[in-house]
Amino acid sequence: MRAIITVVGKDKVGIVAQVTEKLAQNNLNIVDLSQTLMDDFFTMIILVEKDEEVDFRKLQEELTVTGQNLGLTIRIQNEEIFSAMHKI
Amino acid sequence: MDAKNILETIKMIEEEHLDIRTITMGISLLDCIDSNIDLACQKIYQKITSKAKNLVKVGSDLEEELGIPIINKRISVTPISIIGAATKENDYLPFAKILDQAAKDVGVDFIGGFSTLVSKGYQKGDQILINSIPEALTQTEFVCSSVGVASSKSGINMDAVRDLGEIIKQTGQKSKLGCAKFVVFANAVEDNPFMAGAFHGVGEADVVLNVGVSGPGVVKRSLEKIGFAASLDLVAETVKQTAFKITRMGQLVGQMASQKLGVPFGIVDLSLAPTPAIGDSVAQILEEMGLEQVGTHGTTAALALLNDAVKKGGVMACNHVGGLSGAFIPVSEDAGMIEAVLSGSLNLEKLEAMTAICSVGLDMIAIPITTPAATISAIIADEMAIGVINQKTTAVRIIPAPGKVGDEVELGGLLGTAPIMKVNPRSSTTFIIRGGRIPAPLHSFKN
Repeated sequence: MRAIITVVGKDKVGIVAQVTEKLAQNNLNIVDLSQTLMDDFFTMIILVEKDEEVDFRKLQEELTVTGQNLGLTIRIQNEEIFSAMHKI
Repeated sequence: MDAKNILETIKMIEEEHLDIRTITMGISLLDCIDSNIDLACQKIYQKITSKAKNLVKVGSDLEEELGIPIINKRISVTPISIIGAATKENDYLPFAKILDQAAKDVGVDFIGGFSTLVSKGYQKGDQILINSIPEALTQTEFVCSSVGVASSKSGINMDAVRDLGEIIKQTGQKSKLGCAKFVVFANAVEDNPFMAGAFHGVGEADVVLNVGVSGPGVVKRSLEKIGFAASLDLVAETVKQTAFKITRMGQLVGQMASQKLGVPFGIVDLSLAPTPAIGDSVAQILEEMGLEQVGTHGTTAALALLNDAVKKGGVMACNHVGGLSGAFIPVSEDAGMIEAVLSGSLNLEKLEAMTAICSVGLDMIAIPITTPAATISAIIADEMAIGVINQKTTAVRIIPAPGKVGDEVELGGLLGTAPIMKVNPRSSTTFIIRGGRIPAPLHSFKN
């Protein structure tokens, strides 16, 4: 199972550290990570992988809490939704 | 994966109202037929609650996993007139009640199939079902009903059209929402996932999952980006590309849901279905093309372009296309349509013209409750004629409501607000009471 995590918000110290720590706790392996500033917003996209099934509901809840602490929006979505829309 | 693409998808969902409008499980009730209505109802309840047990859970799990809202989870069943005909009953209200209970217990938003197909004539169960409609829609919450009265192959059953004028009027008098849950069809389709017209056709598999997509907001936004100077070639191309992306979502959700439910995936219905939310309007797409307000001259042409481009873009995006597939123009569910009616730009006659080139018909239109039943029948007859001659599905969902022309009827939720529209006051009664059948049209010499 591969999932994409998007982190959007105002840049500050410790975003990458806190988000990746949360991912490690959930045994999610980071395959790719990119970050950029888009319209003055810090935008980070992380591709993660896990052998077993992922409990998206639970992970989303945890990431929402992490996001709230950092003042950011964090989403986790199955990678399929992006490849379905943008790849033939 | 390109970051721009990822963010585009997220923006479509969060800002432009991209959603999956419905996943609809079609369930055959043919194996529930019994001459004893109580036994038939028991079997129906058991079959629906076992087959659709996980439908809502799978739907909401997918919403979490993919991060895309699935607005409705629904069920469609075999037309109840077929099940009812085996019984000796004169009233099918018990069927409606058991469908309602099953829908409530599995947690779906609607259940469709309190229906019958009578384009060539009535069998015993048809008439009983039709007469049960006003009470069924008044006494249940989730049940939707439809009657197919016409087809390009058999013509228009004008006896049924006449009877349904009365039935709609009675339903409107008994219940505010009843008529919003009832549709009259020409060329009814067996795999439609949208309400109120969904039923599970007898040609379908035992259980199947159909998906209806949405996304008028996404199409409007894509047209905003190309600006007013772009030619209509580019407009059509842009709609096609956007429709492709929207429909891919439907295909993906359908595939994943059917896998998780262990049920075959039927079709994706490529419809642009508006909601009353600002920015989720089909009317506003037409206005984005350059019309001052929907209803003005040019509206039919703009809608024809939109409807065709949606289909062209969507067809390649999924394995099987079905249902109604096109742009919906329900008045009460579309903020731009409501505004156009209130400002006088859009009237019933122009809407009728628009239905000749798009799905699905005169939809969610309020008319004065004082409108004679024969006039309602005549409105239906006109719409059926458009469908029959053009070999397309058309429908009428019309709501007789208390109040005067221009008053607004609040229907709530996705059903929106319907402004009461003016109907032609001249009588159609003599034409309607003739009854009989309008013959099927000639299928050659098309000019």
